[in-house]
Amino acid sequence: MRRFLARRLAHGAAVIFIAASLSFLLVHLAPGDPFSSTLDSAAISPSVKAAWRAAYGLDRPLLEQYLRFLGQLARGDLGPSLLQPGPASAALAGAVPNTLVLMGTALILSFVIGIGVGSWQAARAGSGGDRVAGNASLVVASLPEFWLGAVLLLVFALRFRVFPAGGVVDLVMHDSLSPAGRVLDRLRHLALPSLTLALLGSASIARYQRAALLDVLPQDFIRTARAKGVSDRLVLWRHALRNALVPTIVLLGLSLPTLLGGAVFVEQVFSWPGLGRLAAAAFHARDYQVVIGATIMGAVLVVAGGILADLLHAAVDPRVRAQ
Amino acid sequence: MTQPALLTVSDLRTYFYTGAGVARAVDGVSFTIGTGETLGIVGESGCGKSVTALSILRLVQQPGRIEPGSRIMFENQDLLQLDGAGIRRVRGNRIAMIFQEPMTALNPVFTVGDQIAEVARVHASASRRAAWDRAVEMLTMVGIPAPAERANQYPHQLSGGMRQRVLIAMALIMNPALVIADEPTTALDVTIQAQILELLADLQQRLGTSIAMITHDLGVIAEVASRVLVMYGGEVVEEARVETLFTEPHHPYTEGLLHAMPRVGRRQERLAVIPGSVPPPTAWPTGCRFRDRCAYAWDRCAREHPPLYQIGVGHVSRCHLADEPERRTARATAQVSPAAQAAVPGGGA
Amino acid sequence: MTSGVRQDVLLASSAPDGGGAFDRTGATSPWRSALGTLARDRSAMTGLAILAALALIALAAPYVAPYDPRAQPDIVALKYLPPTLAHPFGTDHLSRDVLSRIIVGSRVSLSVAFLSVVVAATVGTGYGAIAGYVGGKLDGLMMRVVDALLSIPRVLLLIAVATLWNGLELAGLVLLLGLTGWFGVSRLVRTLVLSAREDEFVTAARALGATHTRILTHHILPQVVSPVLVAATLAIGNVIVIEAGLTFLGMGVQPPNASWGSVFYDGMRDVGAAWWISISAGAALVITVLAVNLVADGLREALNARQLPAR
Repeated sequence: MRRFLARRLAHGAAVIFIAASLSFLLVHLAPGDPFSSTLDSAAISPSVKAAWRAAYGLDRPLLEQYLRFLGQLARGDLGPSLLQPGPASAALAGAVPNTLVLMGTALILSFVIGIGVGSWQAARAGSGGDRVAGNASLVVASLPEFWLGAVLLLVFALRFRVFPAGGVVDLVMHDSLSPAGRVLDRLRHLALPSLTLALLGSASIARYQRAALLDVLPQDFIRTARAKGVSDRLVLWRHALRNALVPTIVLLGLSLPTLLGGAVFVEQVFSWPGLGRLAAAAFHARDYQVVIGATIMGAVLVVAGGILADLLHAAVDPRVRAQ
Repeated sequence: MTQPALLTVSDLRTYFYTGAGVARAVDGVSFTIGTGETLGIVGESGCGKSVTALSILRLVQQPGRIEPGSRIMFENQDLLQLDGAGIRRVRGNRIAMIFQEPMTALNPVFTVGDQIAEVARVHASASRRAAWDRAVEMLTMVGIPAPAERANQYPHQLSGGMRQRVLIAMALIMNPALVIADEPTTALDVTIQAQILELLADLQQRLGTSIAMITHDLGVIAEVASRVLVMYGGEVVEEARVETLFTEPHHPYTEGLLHAMPRVGRRQERLAVIPGSVPPPTAWPTGCRFRDRCAYAWDRCAREHPPLYQIGVGHVSRCHLADEPERRTARATAQVSPAAQAAVPGGGA
Repeated sequence: MTSGVRQDVLLASSAPDGGGAFDRTGATSPWRSALGTLARDRSAMTGLAILAALALIALAAPYVAPYDPRAQPDIVALKYLPPTLAHPFGTDHLSRDVLSRIIVGSRVSLSVAFLSVVVAATVGTGYGAIAGYVGGKLDGLMMRVVDALLSIPRVLLLIAVATLWNGLELAGLVLLLGLTGWFGVSRLVRTLVLSAREDEFVTAARALGATHTRILTHHILPQVVSPVLVAATLAIGNVIVIEAGLTFLGMGVQPPNASWGSVFYDGMRDVGAAWWISISAGAALVITVLAVNLVADGLREALNARQLPAR
């Protein structure tokens, strides 16, 4: 088990290294640099721009820039941010926790909803309820994140003012609230963005879970359980579900990049100051240090989530643990 | 049949409603099992023996259905009339099953101890602790070394023979009145097979359990059963005490099975094989269902579905030869032996 | 696992009831029998009909659109008009007709998605075929790179690549979406090629002295086509959404060009006052994606390549 974890960590580190190198390369292969934007080029003289380029080391050969980038990265330094005062890493450090909270809540919710709905469907496969739920999940899985977010925003924040429209906390009131009130304030702000992601995620999980359970239910050990006198409910929720969770957890590990991509849009709709919103803002400011940092951070989150999914997989399936 | 009947199955019909038509997998089967008795049920795959076993505990899945008119009397109640909770009280508790695939019959994600203990927790509402202790006790009883450690292991960590022992422990933990063993030794190699059969016989002696032993292997029947049911085409085609069946088989299908059986101490050039195969249950032949594969078949067999003829005491056979025995001798003198005839291709459909 | 895919495809193509158009001459084309299956799949045909209608509307956009999508008749009096018969989807903040903008925007949305998926499928097939066919260390290295690229969320990768790009034109957008979309395809193709390489008829072809190019193009790639087709169809739905999302983030299609993403973005400026703008642009997206997914599901069934990823 420990060997497995060590190997997995080493693999993850290699993936992150390659991802970091590739994002550096791709950013710098683009035709342009932070100071070549067509919008502000007319006002500033070329000599000033050249001086800026030199100051940021952009006049050096790409290989030299790359090696310096790696050296800095090893120390957790991404260089200065162009968008806001201070290093790019500080901007990221502010954004990552918000994204983690959003993603974590969304993941848990989508698993609870998705597994619940998928199992409910599998228990009555072929019935009217199964078909309705199946069509509904197909439609929901096809919804763009930002669109569903906008609809929820319209209905629950603008039309019926049940939840706030955006941000992490109420900017005016938060500091004057009691500790319990602050937690509640945060939860109220978290509700709509996490629900948006969770609904989308749960739709695909439900479809997957239903198929996985239908694969498990005809197996011999299910018949054994029934022959022991175990009730149908326990057969489904104890004997079948545990086995059907295995492919769903594998799916979870594989779907993390998509989920994080969706979070970028949802953060934008709900002004949620996370990694995605930071990256979008940095894009407009041509703040490539922050953009590269956000990209690497995205890969780190995906790799870490993948390792967590593997551990979860091992916890559920003893055959994996044995390897 | 000296013992009082523990289980009486009468006119059991289990049909599967498939896209290809109605499969009459079990079609009017009746038999009894006495207390402490071991009944062998034998036949090729597809003859309906496993579906019969599943029907007793009502474990037949969609699109299968037990037809109205069937009756399964056990301990003074009709199992087919019980509600969901009622049949669950019987399953694993009064009637237990041992399945044929020890590789797949155990849940891969739970420890074997958990899976044995679950039976006690469901039926005796035993505490977690008590059920676990009982499970370890059962593992000891079925001869698993270091049972306390083994209980904590998962199925994939055990050998096939051990897994089969676990399934037996699971079946016996509630001390059921009847154990239905469906090919319990088929997936195992010969030495392990012998051990498992010995274990079953030994446990039956000690606990007084009745056993229904379902198998395609007459060798197993010879070893454990006292009475035998031969099934073909979803029906019982012959029933007899085990000695009678082996020495004086009546039904041509039984004869064929006996000839197909390898025997120690008798050299055979090749094993005789019954020609052809079991027809699909959606289209049983009219008349006698075995006639396409039978060396004796004559026109009456196509016309008339044979009833169970009484051959001797406790011996019945579903073959018109009982009515016209002269046909068998005529055939036997004309041919070297029915088995040799059976081995000639073209005897079948 | 992958050989299972191909076996299924082969089985499906030879089974008489696997396709409607079973050829009596005995030379059944797997494609024709798959088409037969597809033609009898009601939801796939619905999806196909919707896509065909959308494609027609996109092609004839200038004639179909009731108004000039860029016309701003009166940005004070006629802005944010709610849906009426004259403006079924209302007007936006510049008094432009939303329906016309969505109709014209479909051209950009659909063509960008289609072209970029063509780029992605081509690059992915080439990359995967090389890795799978050459094998060994090169394969290991190439797949490690794909692993890394797959672990970067695509949206973030797109943002990163677009950051220093001067004036991203439509062609640039197609290229960007294409070049960030081939990783999954390459992995799929590589496993298919890897197992096809071991096939008997490939061994036979090699023994007969066929060149590598010939083996690849004549024996291996034909087996790869149908799974790639399914994956590409699914990807189209995905890319339409990503393009709209990028435009919503402010990269992608630039004003005054319209795409579904830009109409959605315009609507989000004041979604409380004029909800119909974003909602109708989104509805166009949802209907398209749903139609694409229905077709992809049908294709997957018809080509019997169920082992493909679900999304």
